[in-house]
Formats: sequence, C-alpha cells, structure tokens
Amino acid sequence: MIPVAFEYTRPSTVEDAVAVLAADPDAKVLAGGQSLLPVLRLRLAAPSTLVDLRDVESLHGVRVADGELVIGAMTTHAEILHDRRVAEHAPLIAAATATVGDRQVRHLGTFGGSLSHADPAGDLPAVALALSATMVAVGPGGRREIPAADFFVDYLTTALAPDEILAEVRVPDTAGWGYRYEKFSRMAQAWAVVAVAALVRRADGGVADTRVALTSMASRPVRATAVEQALTGTDGDSGAITAAAGHADEGTEPPDDVNGAADYRAHLARVLTRRALTAAAGA
Amino acid sequence: MSTTQEQEVGAARRRKEDAHLITGQTTWTDNIQLPGTVHAALLRSPMAHARIRVDVSAARDEPGVVAAYSGADLADELAGLPSAWQVTPDWVAPEHKPLAVDEARYAGDAIAVVVADTRAHAVDALDAIEVDYEPLPVVLDMEQAMADGSPLVHTDAGTNVCFRYADTFGDLDAAFADAPVRIRRRFVQQRLVACAMEPRSVLVAPVPAAGEYTVWSSTQIPHFVRLFLAMLSGVPESRIRVIAPDVGGGFGSKLDIYAEELLAFTLAKKLGRPVKWTETRSEAFQATVHGRDQIQDLELAADADGRIRGLRVDLLADMGAYLQLLTPAIPLLGRAMFPGIYKMDAYRFGCVGVFTDKTPTDAYRGAGRPEATFAIERMLDELAAELHVDPLEMRRRNWIGHEEFPYTQIAGLTYDSGNYEAATARATELFDYDGLRAEQARRREEHDPVQLGIGVSTYTEMCGLAPSRWLGERGYAGGGWEAATVRVLPTGKVEAVIGTSPHGQGHVTTFSQLVADTLGVPFDDVEVIHGDTAAAPAGLDTYGSRSLAVGGVAVWRAAQRVLGKAKTLAAHLLEVSEDDLEFSGGNFAVRGTPGAAKSIQEVAFAAFAAHSMPDGMEPTLSADFVLEPDDFSFPHGTHLCAVEVDTETGRVEIRSYVAVDDVGKVVNPMIVEGQVHGGLAQGIAQALHEVARYDADGNLTTGTMVDYTPPTAADLPSFVLDRTETPSTTNPLGVKGVGEAGTIASTPAVVNAVVDALRPFGVVDVPMPCTPENVWRALHEAQGGAA
Amino acid sequence: MTRISVSVDGTEAVDEIEPRTLLVQYLREQRGRTGTPVGCDTSNCGACTVLVDGRAVKSCALLAVQADGAEVTTIQGLANGELHPMQKAFHEHHALQCGYCTPGMIMAAVDLVGEVADPSEQQVREGLEGNLCRCTGYQNIVAAVRDAAAEMRGAS
Repeated sequence: MIPVAFEYTRPSTVEDAVAVLAADPDAKVLAGGQSLLPVLRLRLAAPSTLVDLRDVESLHGVRVADGELVIGAMTTHAEILHDRRVAEHAPLIAAATATVGDRQVRHLGTFGGSLSHADPAGDLPAVALALSATMVAVGPGGRREIPAADFFVDYLTTALAPDEILAEVRVPDTAGWGYRYEKFSRMAQAWAVVAVAALVRRADGGVADTRVALTSMASRPVRATAVEQALTGTDGDSGAITAAAGHADEGTEPPDDVNGAADYRAHLARVLTRRALTAAAGA
Repeated sequence: MSTTQEQEVGAARRRKEDAHLITGQTTWTDNIQLPGTVHAALLRSPMAHARIRVDVSAARDEPGVVAAYSGADLADELAGLPSAWQVTPDWVAPEHKPLAVDEARYAGDAIAVVVADTRAHAVDALDAIEVDYEPLPVVLDMEQAMADGSPLVHTDAGTNVCFRYADTFGDLDAAFADAPVRIRRRFVQQRLVACAMEPRSVLVAPVPAAGEYTVWSSTQIPHFVRLFLAMLSGVPESRIRVIAPDVGGGFGSKLDIYAEELLAFTLAKKLGRPVKWTETRSEAFQATVHGRDQIQDLELAADADGRIRGLRVDLLADMGAYLQLLTPAIPLLGRAMFPGIYKMDAYRFGCVGVFTDKTPTDAYRGAGRPEATFAIERMLDELAAELHVDPLEMRRRNWIGHEEFPYTQIAGLTYDSGNYEAATARATELFDYDGLRAEQARRREEHDPVQLGIGVSTYTEMCGLAPSRWLGERGYAGGGWEAATVRVLPTGKVEAVIGTSPHGQGHVTTFSQLVADTLGVPFDDVEVIHGDTAAAPAGLDTYGSRSLAVGGVAVWRAAQRVLGKAKTLAAHLLEVSEDDLEFSGGNFAVRGTPGAAKSIQEVAFAAFAAHSMPDGMEPTLSADFVLEPDDFSFPHGTHLCAVEVDTETGRVEIRSYVAVDDVGKVVNPMIVEGQVHGGLAQGIAQALHEVARYDADGNLTTGTMVDYTPPTAADLPSFVLDRTETPSTTNPLGVKGVGEAGTIASTPAVVNAVVDALRPFGVVDVPMPCTPENVWRALHEAQGGAA
Repeated sequence: MTRISVSVDGTEAVDEIEPRTLLVQYLREQRGRTGTPVGCDTSNCGACTVLVDGRAVKSCALLAVQADGAEVTTIQGLANGELHPMQKAFHEHHALQCGYCTPGMIMAAVDLVGEVADPSEQQVREGLEGNLCRCTGYQNIVAAVRDAAAEMRGAS
C-alpha cells in the first residue's frame, strides 16, 4: 500500500530538525524508518512532514567519553554490530542488536530510532533499561538528560516531547560484567514473546550487582527488580539463580495477544530469566 | 541428421524457466505497463457483518479519479461469482457479488471500487467514500453457527448449513459392536493462508471498437478465467484472451475466479481503457481464499491386536462467508482418503459445510487430502499408543501389502500400485529409527528437560484430478481431461503447447524432456507454450497434482502421434514400408540399408514443403491430443520426523526429517525433490507455525507476514529425501503426482512426533499449530495445571 | 514533488518524485526496473531487496528520497556480462521455483556472502531470515548460497 502524502525535509543540524518539529505538531522524525515505513504503508499513521535525520552528522557514530559509551541516535544496527567499542564496553548491546529484525533491517534501522519507537516487544529498550542508560534529548529549550527508567512511558510512547529528538545515548561501562540477551520468539523474524536482558557483576566470588530487564511483559520494558534484589549478594549458584528467577514476573502486566497469552509470558519470563542469569553469572 | 540423444527422462535437467527469473527479466502481471492504464483500488469492509450504505460520490471529485462505484451502483452489471461444484442437490449457494450490495459478510468483503490515473490516487480516494455500517451479529464458530437461533450469515438462506453429506461403506455397526478397542478423537485443522509470494494481480486491456479483451491475471487457471468471464459478462468467449504470465506461486489460492478479475473486466469494458488491480499483502490475507478449517470428529474401532475394524469420520467444514469456485468440494475431496493405506471392514464419512462470517475457504495445497491423511495417521499413532505397539508395527498390521495391488479400498478407490514395505524399510534405515528410539528412552529415563519424539506418517494420496466421469458423478460442472499439441516446425524445432498452466512447477523443463525423448530431438530444441488462451486454447490448467499425470501424458500422446505421422512420411520419402523403418535418436533408418535414413527434422521440412506427401496426409508435422485420464494415480511414502521438545518453553525443534516418497516414474528428479522440499515446508508450517486467527468481532488478527509467521530459512531443517519407484498403472508413463505429497505427509509426521515426545507426561494431543505456547499449555493441562 | 538523483544499475538519473514514493515503486514505475517485485506491505518478505551503496535493504522500507545520491543495484544490474556466481548457483541448485522471491533472495545472499565469505548452513539460514520463500523449503537456496560463496572465494 501507499502512504498518505507528506512533505519531506532533510535538515543537516539538530536545531533545524527541532525547529521543524516545533512548528508542526504533525511532523514526525524519520530515523531508519524500519518501523515507521510499514506503519505509513498500512496508513496507521499519516504525518504531515517527515524530518529525515540522515544528514545530521552529529547524530551518527559511537564514541567513549568520561568512561561512558556514547552512541549517536542515528547509528545503524549494522554499525553497532561492527563497532569494537560497543563490543568492549557494552557487549549486551551488541548481543541484542544481532537479533534485531534481519540483515536488511539492521542496515537501515538505527539505535535511536528503535529506542524512540518504544515498542515494548523491541529488543533495545529493555537493554537500555538494564544498562541504566541515559537518553540525551534535544528540543527547542536545549538538551536534557532522561534516565532510561523514565524514558519508556507506555506502549509506543516515550518521555520525548513532540518537538524533541533523541540525540544520543550514554551507556555506563559494563566491561567485565557477565551478560546475556535471552530472546524467545516463535519464528526467526518474529517479535519476542518475551526476552530477558541480564547483567551480572561478580566480585569476591559473589554476585555484587544484578540487572534484569524484560520485554513484552508490560506496555513498556520493565526492570525485574525483585529478581535483581534476590540474586545480588548471593553466591550466584544455580540454586540462587533459580530462586531469584522465580520472581521474574512479579509486578508485570504481560499482554495477551497473538504472540502469547499473559500466563504463558509470565511462565516464560521465569524460565528465560533463569537461563539468562545462568549464562550471565557464569554459573 | 541429428546425433543420438541421451535419455532425457530421469535426468536432473536444470530448468529452462530459470534464466529470466534469476535476472529479473520477468513478466509478473503487475510489471506490465500499458499506455492509458487506470488503476483500481477496493474499499473493504472493516466489519465482519454489517448492513452497508455506501456513497462514493465524494470520491469521484478526488484528484485523478476516473470512476467510483459502490456495489449497489454496479449491482445490475456485475454477475455473481461462480461456484462450480454442487456437492449435493440441495446445497445452499448464496449469491456472491464481486462488490457487496447491501451487506458485508466478512472483514475484507469488497464494498466499493475507485479507478484513478495512478494507484496512489485510487488508494487516496478510498478515504473519501462514505459508508454507514450498521453492525449485524457475527458468527464465527461452526458449532455455534449450526445451533438454533444462531445469527445467520445469509439471512435469506434461513440456515448457516451449506450442505450435509454422508456415505457409509461396509457394515459400520458390526465393525464397532463389541470392538475391543475404540478410540475417539477430535482434531482441528486450523485455517491457513496460502501466502503465495506474488500477490494477485489482474490487468484487462480492451479494444473497445472490436469488443475484444486481453486479460493478464496471476492465476493458476487462465482457461477457467476466460470461460467464466465470458459466461458472467456476456462477451463472447472468442473475444477474450486470458494470459497467465509469470505467476508467483499459487498453492490452490489462485485456483479461483475472483471478484477483482470480474470487476477489472467489467470496469475495462465500461471505461474503454486498460484497468489494473494489484493486491497488497494485507488485502491478500483477507481477500484471497483461505485453506483447511475443519473440525474432525473421529472414531476408530479395532481388534485387540490393532487390526482396524472400522472408522467413523464426521467433519464440520468452514466455508467462510461465500462459496468460491470449489469451496464446498474441498472437504469432500478428502472423503475417500480417510482410510489412508489401511484395510478395514467399514467406514463412514459425514461432512457438514457451514457458513461463517470469515474469508471464504477453498483449495490449499492438498485440498481435503492433507486433512484426511492427518486424521488417519494421527489415529494410527493413537491406536499404537493405546495398545503399546510401535507405530510402524501398527501400520504394518493394517496396510495393504505390495502383493495386493491393484487394491480397491473401503471407500471404493482402486489404488493402482504401491509398495509401502519398501518405502518404510528405506525410511527407517535412513532415519536410524532404532537409534533414535534408544535415545528417546534414555532422555525419558533421565528426565531430560528436552524430550525426543518420533513421528510416523505413511501416506497415500489421490492425484491426477481427474476422470471427467468421476467428476460429473460428484456434481462438478467441468471435466478433468487435458489437451496438448506438439508440432515440429520447418526448421526442426519443436513446440509443445500444453493446457496446464505452471506457476513455479517447472512444466517447461519436464515436458521438454518428455518430448525430446519421444521425438529424439535435443532438449533445447523444444519450446513449451502455455498460459495463454490464444496460444494454448484448450486446457484445464494446474492443480491437484495433475499436471504430469494428466497433462504430461497428453503431451507424450501428442508427441507419439507426431512420431507416427513422421514415420509414415519418412517411409514415403524413403520409398520403403513403415515396417522397414527403425526410429532411434531422432532418425528413421531403413533396416539393413546403411545410409538410408531421414531425420525427424528433415521429415518436418518435407511435411512443411508438402511437395511429396502420401495420399490423404495433411501437410505440416503437428498433432493434438486430448487425454481423458483412466483413473487417479496414488503416490505414497513414509515420512519419519524426530523432534526435540523443550518441556520448559514448549519449543519444538525438528531434529531430523526423512521422506521416502514413491511417485512412480520420475521425469526430473531435481524438480521432484524441489516439490517435496516445498511441500514439506508447508506441511511443517501447518504442524508448527501457521494459523489464521480471528478475534471475537471477526477481525483477522494474523493478517500480516509478521503475525502469520510463515517459516523462514532459519525455522526449517534440512530434509533427507529418497525415493522408491513403483510405476503407476493408470497411465502409460507410469507417473504419479508430487506437488502435494510433501504437504500431505508431513503435518501428521510432525504432530505425531510432538505428541510422542510428550506422551509420558500424559499428553495425547497438541492442537495445531504446535507453537511453543500450545505445547506448553498441553503439557501444563496434562499435568493438572489450570491453564 | 522532490528532485532526486539516483544511480540505478549504473545509470544515473534525476527525477521528480512525490516524497511518499517508496524506492521500490520508483524503481518499478519510474525507472522501469520491474525485476524487483513487491511481496508484502510490512517489510517482512524481502522480495524487494536491492543493494543501496552496496548494502542489502528492503526497497519497500525506504523512501526513494532517502536513496537520493545513492547507488542502487537491483537483480537486473547484478550480472556483469555474464551471470553473477549467485545467479548461476541458484540455477544450478534448483534454488527457485516460482521465482518471485528470487531477486530479493539473491541480493540478500550476495550481501551476506560479502560479509561472511564462508558461511555455515546455519549462518546462511539466519542470514536470509529476512527473505521468505514459499516454494523451495529453502534447502536448495542454502546449498546454492554456500556453493556461490565457495566460487566467489575462489575468484577473489
């Protein structure tokens, strides 16, 4: 199908892009377009203008600054997969990115686009949450920082104002942490029924820190705090992991849809959390 | 003189079809761009059942719009769509207008059309159409549809029952009375979507002054499209040319006369311009026929040793909202196949066709036979489990022995040939059956969270649709013959004109091999012409694994006729008796006279020049043959599947899959293997992945490729294939069909494997598709969990 | 309307297009490159895969304006005098039946082999997860891609 007609603009600075968004509430950002284009083709959305961020140089690329990994919003999944700084400082991102869409989608789709789309079944929002990443947004009033925990508000909804753009994401260094992205989908190409992003830092033989985030267990990605608390401070053996993983669905409100019923998702969350933690904790 | 040919039949010839397909030099219908073409877009009801009032007038003012019509606007001009198979004298066949006039009966039912200068303008203008929808009660479930007081899909019909059909063979009561073993099961054949990769498309180009029309359509059945467009429009058939150009798969879904074909034709006639319509994938999910959708209630009676005494089959078959070309006949094509390869004393088959507010169903790869094969093969495994007998052994106790062919089975079909023992022996060997059973025992013992299951399917199917008399006796309006013409051109090149209409199968290659062997000409010298009613005017097209067993035999017969004529002419030219001629490698040689010979190419030129012909012989070297098949042929085989089931998540992984098929004589083994691969993929997809699901309001919730989940390369295993070869006795080539065999055999093999893995947990069935969730739920429920 | 400049299979052109025009529509309807078909409207099937600046993308999930300044290679521009090894291998291994998925499948496979020179069966299967085929069951496609990869390694 053919999208409803729209205007197209390709600014070269964030400020110009923000100005377009500020002037037209029906304008929408085009990042990689891999989620947006199908939506437009099915006429589920009809923006007045697409603001293509492709030419905004400052939004591209990966760097390390102040001990943090900084990923430009327009960095493509393929670029992230091939970036050794990501592999070194946030290997969980690389692991999850390898499961995003398919080859073709990864060539065009962007890190910031995936996060801003805020699909609770998406891979990267849960990963950003697990990593306690910081979202840097730019709007007419300048830059502001939004913790990942506050960024994902609801189904396809972020804390970004309509005239704000996600510019970059700052990711704390997790080199040396154990990690695992445990994704369960019906088919190779399908959305995750549930996926678990897990990080475990061991110190002195025990578990010093645990991060677990889940996809598809609510209208936004959620942290499994009960699991984290239950595992941290233990010796991280299989018994401790199994006990902790049993809390995975606590406080979640998993959806009931064609991809899975709520009770099945709750069950899967526990099983997959156990598997993810087992891998991440090296148990 | 040409040189001696290698034997073509049996060779894995690479396909002639490929050259243009791998380079993008294709002619899909949507590729064709004619000057002045206007584009049609359809407005479809978002509601499953509603009274509609449609006002298109505002759409007519939109940019680029040439015309816009509601169903009411065209009610007098558009005939109802045909259903060609009256399965019972008192069937209910409601009118099915291409555009619904006052009521929409499924989500996706077309209710208005816009024609514009570009596709984008046509789609844009749909938004300007005003529709009042008055919601009507929706009925989606077949059993509810049959209950008293149910909402009616077609109020005028007074019932949701389309037909009731029943047959009994043998003494059923005797078979079931006192039977030591009786097993009852209900299986649900979920609704499926064919998902041919090319969406449907139709382009109609009129020559208004001449009243002539050329129609390009992505169809399996150009000859039927021509026939029905003529019958429905009143335009003489002789002025309609239908072309099926490159067609990107069908699997039964393009074996139909569709609303959009008649609509595009009617609009081209009204507007005097070429009209094109191409389906989007989202439309395809709603508006192209669906497949399967049966509830099967089965009961099997057996002796204590497992010998089958009788089988009772009661089906509910979902027609959807309307009857398409063959809708009611699909479940009945399975009528005689429920007994499978087994002997039994008695058999009853009953089927009720039911209307619901859903997309119409019709043929999907196998069409009635996969459903039947699934039922009997699942029941054999249940019987084996009940009696603690190995499932292969249970089949041996009941199947028809190779020495018993031809064998007339309980439902009256005569199986021409087969050797179930040989195929099964080969399959078990390739599969390492005993080794896998040992591993299964070990995993069970160790309470491995990943359990191993082994599934068996020993299938047969009736292919080669079909003897015309057989069809006529069952209420089908048409016949089952096939036509071919073979002509040797003056230059010695050969044209074979065929009535089948391939859309991926490889007829051009296969039929070239047949003709090359028969006439002793090079494979590359044979051109196969098809899919155009102007070039190949007679034919009944491609479906039902009929193309080789019926169409191929027709081509071979026509080539034989050409050869006979050539021989007579060669004898005349060489001034010898025909009996003195020997034909080999394309040459007619006089026995005992070295050097005295004519090649078939020389004979062809002589027939063209016609300077010296035998008395009464017509010039040119050409012959027709219309083949009426004697009977069906019955391929068979043994498929073995091993699955690993993760009992924690419910995920099923196919560990190994062995298929040993017997499709009779094989013309091109490479093409046969390809057909089996693809068939397996679709059968496995039914077993594990696919379902067309509706919500309570009648919206299709699996209406995209994301939600319907056709398997990708990463979701399928590599298959191990082999063949045994038991020639058919119902045709002179000894060939059987292969297009549907893989699909028919694989679904029960996989589900049997899944259930086998879980039997120790008390699971006796997993509803299809055996998705992780369905498997988990079956396990959970078997273990007393309230799921 | 927006002006774009795109090289398609080696031929440069400047065209006026509506911004909403998908790259695949532009290729098919304005550039006459109908070798690239459309199989879905949710960018799942991959039939429309082309190379944009050397990388496989789904041309139905990209606006033509986004390809402004790019080099696009379609199935029709792949053969360079003679068939590309991937095209040859698809023919040799019977890796197509109806052929509708074939252009996208071949282009995706070319991209995959460009990144993974000697892919395992599993790598091919996962590497082509964005391309649906309904005819072949993929087995012969996998064989073709691995064979073409071997040929391409030998050639370089």
